[in-house]
Amino acid sequence: MIAIFHNYGGLLLQGFGQTLLCSIIALLFSLIIGSMFAIFEVTPVKSLRVIARVYIEVFRNIPLLVITMFFYVVIPMFVTKISGFAAGTVGLTIYTSAFIAETVRSGIQSVDPGQMEGARANGLSWWQAMRHIVLPQAFRYVIPPLGNQFINLVKNSSVLAFVAGFDLMYQGNVIASDSLNTMTTYVVIGILYLIITLPLSYWMRYLEKKLA
Amino acid sequence: MKDFINAYSWINIHYLLQGLWITVAVSVVSIIGSYVLGSILGIIRYVNIKIVSPVVGLIIDIIRNLPLLLIIFFTYFGLPNLGFRPSSVWATIIALTVFESTMIAEIVRSGIAAVDPGQMEGARANGLTYGQAMYHIILPQAMKKMIPALVSQFISLIKDTSLATIIVLPDLMHNAQIVYGQNSTYILPMFLMIAIMYFIVCYALSVLSRSLERRMS
Amino acid sequence: MKKVFRLVSIIVSSLALLLVLTACGSKSLANQNVMTRAKQTNTITWGVKADTKLFGLMDVKNGQIKGFEVDMAKALTKQILGPKGKADFVQVTSSTRMPLLRNGNIDAIMATTTITPQREKQVDFSRSYFDAGQSLLVKKGSPIKSVKDLNKNGATVIGVVGSNSVQNIAKFAPKAKVLQLSDYAQAVTALKSGQGEALTTDNGILGGMAVENPGYVLTGGAFTKEPYGIAINKHQPQFKRNLNSALTRVEQSGEYNRILKKWFGNVPGMNVKEMER
Repeated sequence: MIAIFHNYGGLLLQGFGQTLLCSIIALLFSLIIGSMFAIFEVTPVKSLRVIARVYIEVFRNIPLLVITMFFYVVIPMFVTKISGFAAGTVGLTIYTSAFIAETVRSGIQSVDPGQMEGARANGLSWWQAMRHIVLPQAFRYVIPPLGNQFINLVKNSSVLAFVAGFDLMYQGNVIASDSLNTMTTYVVIGILYLIITLPLSYWMRYLEKKLA
Repeated sequence: MKDFINAYSWINIHYLLQGLWITVAVSVVSIIGSYVLGSILGIIRYVNIKIVSPVVGLIIDIIRNLPLLLIIFFTYFGLPNLGFRPSSVWATIIALTVFESTMIAEIVRSGIAAVDPGQMEGARANGLTYGQAMYHIILPQAMKKMIPALVSQFISLIKDTSLATIIVLPDLMHNAQIVYGQNSTYILPMFLMIAIMYFIVCYALSVLSRSLERRMS
Repeated sequence: MKKVFRLVSIIVSSLALLLVLTACGSKSLANQNVMTRAKQTNTITWGVKADTKLFGLMDVKNGQIKGFEVDMAKALTKQILGPKGKADFVQVTSSTRMPLLRNGNIDAIMATTTITPQREKQVDFSRSYFDAGQSLLVKKGSPIKSVKDLNKNGATVIGVVGSNSVQNIAKFAPKAKVLQLSDYAQAVTALKSGQGEALTTDNGILGGMAVENPGYVLTGGAFTKEPYGIAINKHQPQFKRNLNSALTRVEQSGEYNRILKKWFGNVPGMNVKEMER
């Protein structure tokens, strides 16, 4: 196992970095997109609600791999060349944003509707009330589930291996076939994933307990 | 348009349907397996038995925090070291069952924990044993709370079968790749078709769960 | 009931422990004598490609894998186990074949595997059954005429994880970036969607791709020698002997040439007469 770290340290480090980078980028954008669709879902405007519903249902019910491969394979044929890393990150963002939208929406709905009414009665516009009164409270509720989404994101980023995204799993496959030491390599890769996900997971459980 | 007509020839569609069948069959077996195993693990974790529960808990935490892809590799390449040779279908079923049951164990544990502890005390005070109270009072209520989370986990499981293309499971995703690998004009039609097929299966399950929820409440 | 839970969990965990212990104690499949097991089950399990035209390609019509290597594997099985011997096929990719062999999922790899000194440290090879050479597949009209044209910054070459052609590219065009896809179906798709300028692997495989994809051609000729061998686990001398003598018999009976002609007879740029044995 030490030999794997020793001989392939550079590749492992690169993979670890790419996995983290892709997860963080995807988290940021899926938070923005997901929150947007969550707000769409609770607006009084019907067409926005329909758009949000369709977006969420479609991308929650199609495998991440299909979405990612679509960006890697189909988009370059019609639109523009896109690297494996970019295709993977875009795929992850879209896929995760559908889940985040659901999480944020349930957070918004768990805020007492009286608050919205009260704020409106005090002369705030719908958007002002949403932004200053409802969303800050909603986000407090959804921090633990969002943390879990981030853990899923890190794990799901392994689809980059399918599109040559140079992430941890990709490097794992390369190292495994180069060293021919499959099981040990994958144990090393597993440990590296756990370094990111396990502490996060315990932290989220702690937060959940604290908030409950 | 001509590409679509050619791509959706009966031979290709038939081949995709064979893949869909593998996807569905693997999913159904894994769903049943992971539900049973996950419930047992979840209860063990909740009941808090000395030594056993923390150990089980640690194993669950390690497995559920790894990418499924890695679990698939471990199962496919690792099982022969235990003396038997899994086909890619069985390797996928085992990997999915192990991985998803750890996710389900978490759902079950927090589902039981969410039931008011006063209920257990009340039932015990009324003369029920711990097991009776668990089985008749706590679990049915916990189940109701768990349904949405369980179903979305099962939907994830169906979608996740596609990852097993990496060990050449002849599922929907893999068969589509074989078809468009042989003729590049089929790429877009194949993607559309499999997206629709996955969507129908997963969406049907979520509709089913919603009606189940309504009936139970 | 709490007691029952305790009992159940103790049983479950001790079973798990037992499984691990027996696993450590038992002989893993990879270490068993392949010939003994093959004779018992009357089966040899071969790892073959399913995405490589001419060598091993899935036939969408009936779900069977067809190609030169599949036919060869069947012929060799019959030579070793007799006319009733069964050849089982497991689909492999360049990235899964070695782990599958070393962990005992399959008995032998017949999947366009070049005999290289590095691999010989880990596995045993039969004599070569096919002589290929590495080449390049590019879009018609591409400025890339040889592997030298790829040796510049910004050039991207597509290969497959676990194939030695990606290692060769590091030698012949060290400046090029290499994308390693998980199998050939993915690699061709990546080439066509413009993820790289050239796809590199052995000419036989590329020939099959060029037949399927009329807009793409082989270029630059073969710049390496790639003898394909059947890979088996180390410490299987009996199996290796049997494979080599079976190969000789297949070659002498003319069956080899027949199979060769069946698959490569009509491939442009391939001279079957030169390859006959």
